[in-house]
Amino acid sequence: MTLAAEHAHRRRRRVAVTGIGVVSCCGTGKDAFFDGLCAPAPQGIRRVPDFDPTAWFDPKVARQTDRFAQFSVAAAAMAIEDAGGLHADPLRAGVIFGTGVGGLETLQEQLGVLIAKGARRVSPRLVPMMMANAGAAAISMRWELRGPCETVVTACAAGTHSIGNAFRLIADGRCDLVITGGAEAAINDVGGQPSIGVAAFTNMTAMSTSGISRPFDVRRDGFVIAEGGAALVLEEYERAEARGAHIYAEVLGAASTADAYHITAPAPGGSGAIACMELALEDAGLAPGQITHINGHGTSTPLNDLAEAEAINKVFGNPGPPVTSIKGVTGHSLAAAGALEAVAVILSLERQLIPPTDGLDQLDPEIHLDVVTGGPRPFSPGPVLSNSFGFGGHNGCLVIGPASP
Amino acid sequence: MADDATFDKFRSCAVEVLQVPADKVIPEASFSGDLDADSLDLVEFVMALEEAFEITVDESELQGVETVGQAYELVTSKL
Repeated sequence: MTLAAEHAHRRRRRVAVTGIGVVSCCGTGKDAFFDGLCAPAPQGIRRVPDFDPTAWFDPKVARQTDRFAQFSVAAAAMAIEDAGGLHADPLRAGVIFGTGVGGLETLQEQLGVLIAKGARRVSPRLVPMMMANAGAAAISMRWELRGPCETVVTACAAGTHSIGNAFRLIADGRCDLVITGGAEAAINDVGGQPSIGVAAFTNMTAMSTSGISRPFDVRRDGFVIAEGGAALVLEEYERAEARGAHIYAEVLGAASTADAYHITAPAPGGSGAIACMELALEDAGLAPGQITHINGHGTSTPLNDLAEAEAINKVFGNPGPPVTSIKGVTGHSLAAAGALEAVAVILSLERQLIPPTDGLDQLDPEIHLDVVTGGPRPFSPGPVLSNSFGFGGHNGCLVIGPASP
Repeated sequence: MADDATFDKFRSCAVEVLQVPADKVIPEASFSGDLDADSLDLVEFVMALEEAFEITVDESELQGVETVGQAYELVTSKL
């Protein structure tokens, strides 16, 4: 560790995870979600089945809230309830919540109105519904959290970056509590028209034509797009302990880097990802050999999975710690992905079980990783690395470890 | 005022946009106090009325319109 990093470490406060909430294609609520991760994957595009916004909103507010912001609030509500309520000075309680594309469905709907009926019929709610910060703002308003309330927009890395930034706010002393995570909902047909999000991702050729998510498999042909949301309650560790909170895990470190290379393709050899993983380890004050498991980005695209595998080998050796990608089940929910994966890590620590990489039948011979497949694998909880890499060359890593007094 | 059918149409716009029970949409109900409508709700409501009644309401005409009855008068004056 560098001197600067050591210095930062000594001054820093510890950060506990005290609540989790999930809205996903494989289950809503933490238990259903983890069970879903260990069960066969849903088929095709991964929509959240039977999501009823009126369970979280009165009907009028539900109408005025885009689906991604509904997921944000629903996940936050579950996480706050799970944490046993909010215990912090409102000015020292924040929200850092990510999304990739915000209220794309609302935008599509209102473009339809504009074209069909003209400018005078466009909803005055369009901007507050579609803006990327609508989810974070809705959480802050509902629970009257008056500290920093910000949105991270780094495509598929936004959930992970949000949690990293929230961690920093508590570690550095600005906040005692932060609601964090990410949400995405950009795949539903709107007013009888096909989803513009699905159309765009399809034409990028990033999506699987087979409709099967199979991270690290030799036959992988792209990601299966998904929607969802996940939220964490992070609290300063000693305060959480003092109030007798259930502490799921400790956020040990985080890092963020950019490839500065290409808008969608990862840098050759995964150089940006390597730098990010190394910085996250340094931030956590850990050596590579102390990482007991990696929750990979593992999107099931040919380029990502190979670059990520090379990067992991470079940092952790061959094959390195056991790796899983829950995207075999969840598909790729963009900004929600990193948050869902953080929740998967936290529940893996609690249950001492790594969920398998669904869809992986035959490991790509060019990928030299110990990928968990076939069924959940027991493990002895220790520090876990979670990776997210986003279009734009955004890399995010978190290190999360078991609770320890 | 116009007939019952006209008021029914007006009321169903209010019920749809403001998400209030039909029996609260009475002439003396105030938008902000009784129907919990903010300024954006009123813009949406007026848009719905314009569409339902095929009328045009200028923003300036909404000055001083605070109750259901006032809004209904405004609409029927244009029919």
